[in-house]
Amino acid sequence: MGSEPEPGCALRPFAVEQGLLSRPDGSAAFVQGDTSVLAGVYGPAEVRSSRESPERAALDVLLRPKVGLPGVLERSREQMVRRACEAALLGELHPRSSVTLVLQVVSDAGSLLSCCLNAACLALLDAGLPLRSLFCGVTCALAPDGAVALDPSARQEKEARAVLTFAFESTEKRLLLSTTRGACSAKELHQCLALAQRATDTIFQFYRDSARRKFSKS
Amino acid sequence: MKETPLSNCEKRFLLRAIEERKRLDGRQSYDYRNVRVSFGTDYGCCVVELGKTRVLGQVSCELVAPKPNRATEGILFFNLELSPMASPAFELGRQSELLVKLNRLLERCLRNSKCIDTESLCVVAGEKVWQIRVDLHLLNHDGNIIDAASIAAIVALCHFRRPDISVQGEEITVYTPEERDPVPLSIHHMPICVSFAFFKQGTYLLVDPSEREERVMDGLLVIAMNKHHEICTIQSSGGIMLLKDQVLRCSKITGVKVAEITELIQKALENDRKVRKEGGKCGFAESIPNQKITAFKMERAPVDANDVEEQAEEIIMKADPPLDVFAKPILWTPGTAQIGEGVENSWGELEESERGEEEDDDNDPDTLEDPKMEMEDVSIVSKTKKDDTIVLSDSEEEEVVILKPEKVPKKTRTPTSSKQENSSKKVSNKKRKKKRVSY
Repeated sequence: MGSEPEPGCALRPFAVEQGLLSRPDGSAAFVQGDTSVLAGVYGPAEVRSSRESPERAALDVLLRPKVGLPGVLERSREQMVRRACEAALLGELHPRSSVTLVLQVVSDAGSLLSCCLNAACLALLDAGLPLRSLFCGVTCALAPDGAVALDPSARQEKEARAVLTFAFESTEKRLLLSTTRGACSAKELHQCLALAQRATDTIFQFYRDSARRKFSKS
Repeated sequence: MKETPLSNCEKRFLLRAIEERKRLDGRQSYDYRNVRVSFGTDYGCCVVELGKTRVLGQVSCELVAPKPNRATEGILFFNLELSPMASPAFELGRQSELLVKLNRLLERCLRNSKCIDTESLCVVAGEKVWQIRVDLHLLNHDGNIIDAASIAAIVALCHFRRPDISVQGEEITVYTPEERDPVPLSIHHMPICVSFAFFKQGTYLLVDPSEREERVMDGLLVIAMNKHHEICTIQSSGGIMLLKDQVLRCSKITGVKVAEITELIQKALENDRKVRKEGGKCGFAESIPNQKITAFKMERAPVDANDVEEQAEEIIMKADPPLDVFAKPILWTPGTAQIGEGVENSWGELEESERGEEEDDDNDPDTLEDPKMEMEDVSIVSKTKKDDTIVLSDSEEEEVVILKPEKVPKKTRTPTSSKQENSSKKVSNKKRKKKRVSY
């Protein structure tokens, strides 16, 4: 690769607003370019005895699409977000209780799963739940000619040969989740993985700056 | 999650305050909370905030066949959802009564008032019409859901643009937004609901109740009106007895409020139209206020893609080597293959026959938990081709165990002989018994 960064390798403008809903214990609206997801967290709260676990808090994730009823795609995304959250959440500190995370898609213009992951992390942070580490999601799209685009828009995702989403945790940038749609070679997968890992530096810095601003006095 | 019950002292406090004409948030009896409307980048997407109550609305359209008894009219579909985010009491499939009530009221307000011209939604009479679908999601419940929802619905409908179409005989061409500008819906008037909460058997009246006030109210009166002072829907619930002049007074208040809200909506729509025409940035990113301490924005951030290949190589080198993979399948017969040895059978002494094994289709998406994936002994079966018949080899037959029955008495017998047998058995039993007794 040349010395100049490729034009596709840039994250779209991010924006976050925390604590915008009054009823949930924690809430965050995360905007990546034109994709926007609103996350609300209730917890630790009373749990139904069927879901009760004596070792850890029972985590439920609900993903609601904007139009229509939730289908299989939403269910699979819910499970992916749930696994990433379970890895980060210190559920052992709140046994026999429940944590409910509700994600509402406000607008979908590409990289929806990573936007959901980011909103989920900031909502959990806003709720004050104990976390082992922060986590973030990054999406890469592989164009048919092999060019890698980070944080793709809806059009880039549609034209891409493969769309890969990764979730990383903040302490050692280890991988929490990896999901792909489409075909790519192992070498391309590793490249995207390395590129996504680099992008997490920016994202975690964004988290830190927004948290710092929230607790600042000026 | 259960809704926390309202304590008696809180209830008493609220009622006493209302008697003294005081509200918890400092409003007057007839004051509305601040209404704030923001739009998304798509047409037909809006978020309405009525105080802290927040509703997201989205309008979408589709070409469908019309209803048989209304062949020249388009179809309107309204759906209000109470998201579990809005309140801990809202669980999936639990809040049916409130949901039905709200949905029905919304439908009456918007559909029966004929605010949208359904005739204009017809494309080919009897064959294709537009189905307009309005999805509303309640994001935060701080009282007065119906007002916020009706505002969100009408704003989203006014904001929405449907694709332009042209009809040539029987052929319909739908143009994409790039080819031709999308067309707005034809809306006659904007009905808006206004809620009135009654306390102490109709003595005290509050406009736009908050969530706490809703919990202690006796009854609710909802009037839907447009700016021409035409009442579209009126509903009284809670079983309170209202006097005629109370209802008239409420309708007058509604007229005033609706005029204010309609003006606000028009202004918001006009602003959005201007911004879009000038090509400015629109969408929820813009509506997040910069000054708030809880909001933070970041510009487009490039990521350094240099030396990504080297970093990728490093990751591979540092990673643990993958576990041994048994890649060579053993083909027993056409249609049966085996990879790996399998685990020792723990069921007892059964002959080790070739086990039928399942193949996991590697369909997209693949979800890996960890780069260090545990390689369990995955056994694979190759799919049987339809032409090949499954032939059991000789070795399998030898291993088949046949259970040889013990000598069972013949079933075909005459009844008399069976009786004799029984009696002989009985005699023998008796004999045995006698023997026992003697000892």
